[in-house]
Amino acid sequence: MVELLVSFFLVAGGAFALIGSIGLARLPDLFMRLHGPTKATTLGVGGILVASMLHFSAIEAGVSLHEVLVAVFLMITAPVSAHLVARTMIHLGGGDKGIPDAPPGAKSRTGMKNGNEPELEKT
Amino acid sequence: MKCWLPQPLFSLCLWMVWLLLGNTLAPGQMLLGAVLALALPLFSVRFWPDRPRLRRPLQLLRYFAVLLWDIVVANLVVARLILGPTRKLRPAFIRLPLDLCHEFAIVVLANTISLTPGTVSADLSLDRRTLLIHALDVEDEAQAIARIKDRYERPLKEIFEC
Amino acid sequence: MLTIAVTIAFACIAAALLLNFWRLVRGPDLPDRILALDTMYINTVALLVLFGIHLGLTVFFEAALLIAPMGFVGTVALCKYLLRGDIIE
Repeated sequence: MVELLVSFFLVAGGAFALIGSIGLARLPDLFMRLHGPTKATTLGVGGILVASMLHFSAIEAGVSLHEVLVAVFLMITAPVSAHLVARTMIHLGGGDKGIPDAPPGAKSRTGMKNGNEPELEKT
Repeated sequence: MKCWLPQPLFSLCLWMVWLLLGNTLAPGQMLLGAVLALALPLFSVRFWPDRPRLRRPLQLLRYFAVLLWDIVVANLVVARLILGPTRKLRPAFIRLPLDLCHEFAIVVLANTISLTPGTVSADLSLDRRTLLIHALDVEDEAQAIARIKDRYERPLKEIFEC
Repeated sequence: MLTIAVTIAFACIAAALLLNFWRLVRGPDLPDRILALDTMYINTVALLVLFGIHLGLTVFFEAALLIAPMGFVGTVALCKYLLRGDIIE
């Protein structure tokens, strides 16, 4: 029973990771390519980690929960790195065609500050 | 209470991370983890100039449950979009006007947006009032904005209440 | 059953890594390459965990736990370098 569940999570995880990479390889521009790795790959690795958790809980004494750490860490960091890559691309002038005009008075922060951290003033 | 336990929730998280790292519930490890969980917030309190105030921790749990479900659904949607014909996709940039004012809440919202169906947050305006979002396939811009506002921003505003 | 599932997952991750490598080589821009590297380290974490399940050992897990922060820091450093021309200010 546990084996069935582990197998399911393994195959599902592998499939999602593969879909993420297919998205990375075949979609036509960078901003679209961002969607594959941030969502599908993260969930794929999450699935494999859940499988590992179930597997080691079943074959060893006690519960094995430390995979949760990696899963949570990836869930937190994947959007941050996607945000940074997107902002880098905008900074390098990649997305000029599609970006709607900023409302008056709002300057873009691109290249000014890293928006995902609490601010550190330059000393 | 306030001076030697400045961030109870942060301490709890640290303690749990310590136990998870060791993958153990041995009493010695629990004690050592507790000491570290008490000491680290004391030493790092000065790195947090304005901490977010959590008004409703239980609602945060509910928010994460909704988010986890949405991530799974998002992946099925994105998988279909990726494997389908790419010419039919209508990618677009959307500007989302923000109602949140605390930066931690904005970070949580931006991460949520990146993890849910077909949207990635790309940039934040300098005055922190608008978030630039890239969407993989949009039919109706106003509807997408309303969906994000209704589903994620409103609960966050209630939780962090700024 | 489990052996077949592990083999399928191995094949999927290996194919994913090859696709990432193709994107890494092909480019066309620097952010594309950074994104490809980012995806590669996430897939490597999956590969290590899979290898652990395959051999029934938990030692590989520590390596996965180390690669995850290292890869993230690498991505952030590369992006910051392109954004600001400097990493530590």
